[in-house]
Amino acid sequence: MSLQRRVKFEAETDREFAQWIAHEIGGEKLRECLQCGLCSGNCPLSLYMDHTPRRLMYLAREGFKTEVLSSLSIWLCTSCYECVIDCPKQINITGMMYSLKQRAIKEKFYPRRFPIPVMARQFSRMVRGSGRITESWLVVQVFSRTAIRRLLGMGKLGVRLLRTGRMRLSRDKVERRGDIAKLMDAIQVARKESAA
Amino acid sequence: MPETINPSVDSHARVGVYICHCGTNIAGTVDVKSVSEFAASLPGVVVAREYKYMCSDPGQALVQQDIHEQKLNRIVVAACSPLLHEPTFRRVLSRAGINAFFLQMVNIREHDSWVHLDKGAATQKAKDLVRAAVRRVSLHKPLQKRQVPIHPSVLVVGGGIAGIHAALTLADAGKQVYLVERQPTIGGHMAMFDKTFPTLDCAACILTPKMTSVASHPHIRLWTYSEVVQVEGYVGNYKVKIKHKPRYVIDDLCIGCQECIAACVYKEGKTPDEFNLGLSKRKPVYLPFPQAVPQKVVIDPDTCIEFKSGKCKKTCIEACGDRHAIDFKQQESVDEIEVGTMILATGFKTFDPKRNPSYGYGRHANVYTSLEVERLINAAGPTGGELVLRDGQTPKSVGIIHCVGSRDRNTNRWCSKVCCMYSLKLAHLVRERTGAEVFNFYIDMRTPGKGYEEFYDRLLDEGVHFIRGRVAEVSDFAAHPSEEGKLVIRAEDTLAGFVRRIPVDMVILAVGLEPQADAQDVRRMFNISCASEGWFLERHPKLAPVSTFTEGVYIAGACQGPKDIPDSVAQAGAAAAEALALIDTQFVELEPYTASILEEECSGCKSCIPLCPYHAISFSDESKKASINEVLCKGCGTCVAGCPSGSIKQNFFEDEEIFEEIEGVLAYA
Amino acid sequence: MKYAYYPGCSLKGTGRAYEESLLAVFQALGVSYEELKDWNCCGATSYMSVDELSSYALAARNLALAERENMEIIAPCAACYLVLNKTQHYMHDYPEINNVVTRALGTIGLTWHGQTRVRHPLEILLNEVGVPAIATKVKRPLHGLKVAPYYGCQIVRPYSTFDDQRNPTSMDQLLSACGAKVINYSSKVQCCGASQKGTLPEVGLDRIRRLLLAAKREGAEVIATVCPLCQFNLECFQDETGNAHEPISMPVLYFSQLIAWALGLDAKAVALQRCIVPVQTLLGSKEIVHA
Repeated sequence: MSLQRRVKFEAETDREFAQWIAHEIGGEKLRECLQCGLCSGNCPLSLYMDHTPRRLMYLAREGFKTEVLSSLSIWLCTSCYECVIDCPKQINITGMMYSLKQRAIKEKFYPRRFPIPVMARQFSRMVRGSGRITESWLVVQVFSRTAIRRLLGMGKLGVRLLRTGRMRLSRDKVERRGDIAKLMDAIQVARKESAA
Repeated sequence: MPETINPSVDSHARVGVYICHCGTNIAGTVDVKSVSEFAASLPGVVVAREYKYMCSDPGQALVQQDIHEQKLNRIVVAACSPLLHEPTFRRVLSRAGINAFFLQMVNIREHDSWVHLDKGAATQKAKDLVRAAVRRVSLHKPLQKRQVPIHPSVLVVGGGIAGIHAALTLADAGKQVYLVERQPTIGGHMAMFDKTFPTLDCAACILTPKMTSVASHPHIRLWTYSEVVQVEGYVGNYKVKIKHKPRYVIDDLCIGCQECIAACVYKEGKTPDEFNLGLSKRKPVYLPFPQAVPQKVVIDPDTCIEFKSGKCKKTCIEACGDRHAIDFKQQESVDEIEVGTMILATGFKTFDPKRNPSYGYGRHANVYTSLEVERLINAAGPTGGELVLRDGQTPKSVGIIHCVGSRDRNTNRWCSKVCCMYSLKLAHLVRERTGAEVFNFYIDMRTPGKGYEEFYDRLLDEGVHFIRGRVAEVSDFAAHPSEEGKLVIRAEDTLAGFVRRIPVDMVILAVGLEPQADAQDVRRMFNISCASEGWFLERHPKLAPVSTFTEGVYIAGACQGPKDIPDSVAQAGAAAAEALALIDTQFVELEPYTASILEEECSGCKSCIPLCPYHAISFSDESKKASINEVLCKGCGTCVAGCPSGSIKQNFFEDEEIFEEIEGVLAYA
Repeated sequence: MKYAYYPGCSLKGTGRAYEESLLAVFQALGVSYEELKDWNCCGATSYMSVDELSSYALAARNLALAERENMEIIAPCAACYLVLNKTQHYMHDYPEINNVVTRALGTIGLTWHGQTRVRHPLEILLNEVGVPAIATKVKRPLHGLKVAPYYGCQIVRPYSTFDDQRNPTSMDQLLSACGAKVINYSSKVQCCGASQKGTLPEVGLDRIRRLLLAAKREGAEVIATVCPLCQFNLECFQDETGNAHEPISMPVLYFSQLIAWALGLDAKAVALQRCIVPVQTLLGSKEIVHA
């Protein structure tokens, strides 16, 4: 049995992180959160979270960056918006979850083979390249990187989908693919310009 | 800088100008010495001074002395907002023997020193404002406040605990009180409760003595089953019309023996009983509850067979016998009364939990509101005081959900103040009656009153579970074998940090308090305001909680905002005291800022009449001219501005006075 | 009024039955549409997790394309419906997003003025065609088939433009008009777990199991869905969700398939061959005449 000493010094909290989340979409009213726990109570995935949505919001507000970004909670969020519609302060919690996901991906705060962020990145790559998603190929790309054995286990389902004509094997593409790439590049440029 | 001599300044004006430092509030930004020197140079100004605190006794004495010695006849005081000290300085002028309205106050604090950072600009602004005031004040006319007598009778609207207490206080003081209550009995919500927190006094036991006092008090005219339908007049002189709904029972003859109810052709009740919130049924002829005051039955025309078909055996009349108290031909009647003051104590209504569908009220049988449970545990209630489920079984576990319809931007933002305490009370009573396991789901435990925190300690000691978490859902889906057949409350236990599912037999929703559904109609009728949330608006949240912006109309109890019984009673006493204060002065002084129509110039176009929010303007068909009732006029100035021929003038705001003030501000040196 | 039909990536793959039945229903009811030319992926929840501004730009490209043709968009897929609506709202409400995205759109010759309405087929059928009109065209009523209408999350939350957020009834009304017996499905707006079945299987499975069990216990014979991911989740993992004690074999159809059936459309339109959980026996047992 190993003991763990846990005391948090104020100097170790990340002020920048706390201020950053307050300026993201959804964070405008974060200060008003009463910590009532309705979001966690409504959230269908909170049962699996190490930090419930309520606690995660509190930690974010106080600047506990490492705890928040290393939490699996942000990846469990399916954006079902149950937390948002009942929140007595009308705080956009789902919006903040997206911001936390983006930041976690940017700063690489997740286990290497964790499927959800891997899927997010493969998804975005495919869209950048083709403008559309081909589901079958996306599944292959995600699972080959994270859980190849499970991919093989999905054989039976794959056959069924093929049989019913629901598995599209040819890559779906947008005609003006150049436009998509151009659009994505332009976003990066415009973003830098407006930040300046 | 040489000032041009203004010929319009009255050559007889001898003006005294006083610049207040207000400590550093004004002097910290405005160079008061320079303003005072500037003022001294203005035409008509005989003396100009600056002083640390003009409103203090020595400050006031300074003015009085100067009036005397320098024979001043106009005074300008440049200081704080007139809302604070205009009356003070007016009294100085009166004491010194000149008309109080020969004063003009200049606000160089809220309008100048408190809102500007540039000292040079602020000082110049003060000078411009003082110059404007000096020019204006010389044109002031001597005005007199008008006195109107105050009728000593009082109208109290609403017969709950607040209305009852106010009525008794006023009646004991010897004033004639009219107490009007919409329901067939007085008692309000308090009559529905079983016990009251924190003492666990029986509600009926402490309320009914007051109710019977009301009924027997020689100075109280009690009108139940009645409503106010029209209010006219002004402070001290209100004319009120009250409509009485027909009970179909003659008040003076009915002795409340209730034989008619037993004899009714309906063998048992079929209509949902309003007092028991639909948890039991009543007959068409009924008494709302056993200790109802007045003890007179009511007949409901919507369900009584005699009204529907005219062919009833009328066993009720038979049972009434020699008393002949039942009268199916009774009509609505109207009384008109004159009162000097009115107190509104119309109370509250509870939040309708159907607006929070996730709690399952109306969908799951055993989800109740707190008020419904009060009726269940009340010995005179639908189950004789037994706390049972819809199927008659006793619950073994009960969940109480706090903050239903409170502290929620989606429904009501406010905290309803009493729910934590009554939830604790219900937790105690539920355990006492049934021995059930009780779970209270709260967000914050609000127990601020006398003995309230101690009550919370008691409940903690009794072993009630307290789970801090706003409840997300009440459902009947069993995710675990132990949940079969139960209602499951799902909430995050925020103190523990994980979601919990608690299976219970019964759920009690601690519904919040809301303004009555017709609060807007009532406030329009009495010409008062509501705050944005719908509660009646008090004159000042801290210093004037029971008076309104309409003189002579007071508010008391939950209609002003959610509160418990001690606070309602306190407010009722306060409102009665303020009404008594007004009555005892015997007359009220009205400010003279009223408008009047110059008859020769009035063209009879009637444009002014719909503009007046106080219905103070009337039109004479004979003279074809409009005229203003000075007593109703509040001096808002709308008609003055609206009159196309400019034939309405307003005291203290006459055209020359205003133009002179404008010219004074704009006369840049 | 011609609508821009925005299928989204799923309706060409796992959600084929949705497209096949919905377009046939539109044709039968006179709703005029045209597939939005060169539409691109809306980004769904995944792109939003990586780069928010890019995801708005992707969605906005579709809005701009439809705006150029002066058409309103119909987005059957719930995620697409949400993302497109959200983008529309956020572009209106947040100038910082608006500036960046409109500039980027400008580089590919597109403009955004925020005029495009994004609509859901349920709402089109309810408000543009109308329940009475549909009822008169029913040729093969569903004979009291017990249907649990499953709305899921994204068409009612957070924007509830055409139905109640907690107790929606648009699908209920349409299915009742087709003769079905609509179950008051208690879990009608609970999340199906979305992509969690793939990434975190036990989590996803738990969600799916609850929905299927609730439908079964409440007496449903068929679940009707509006979202390709919900349909996929509910239909394709029933062996894993059920157990020996309480096996589950519940057909899961798109609401448009049921409407297509009721309107008497051909087999291609009803697209029953796309079902993995067989439904023919069920319909046969109800003496509902097979197409």
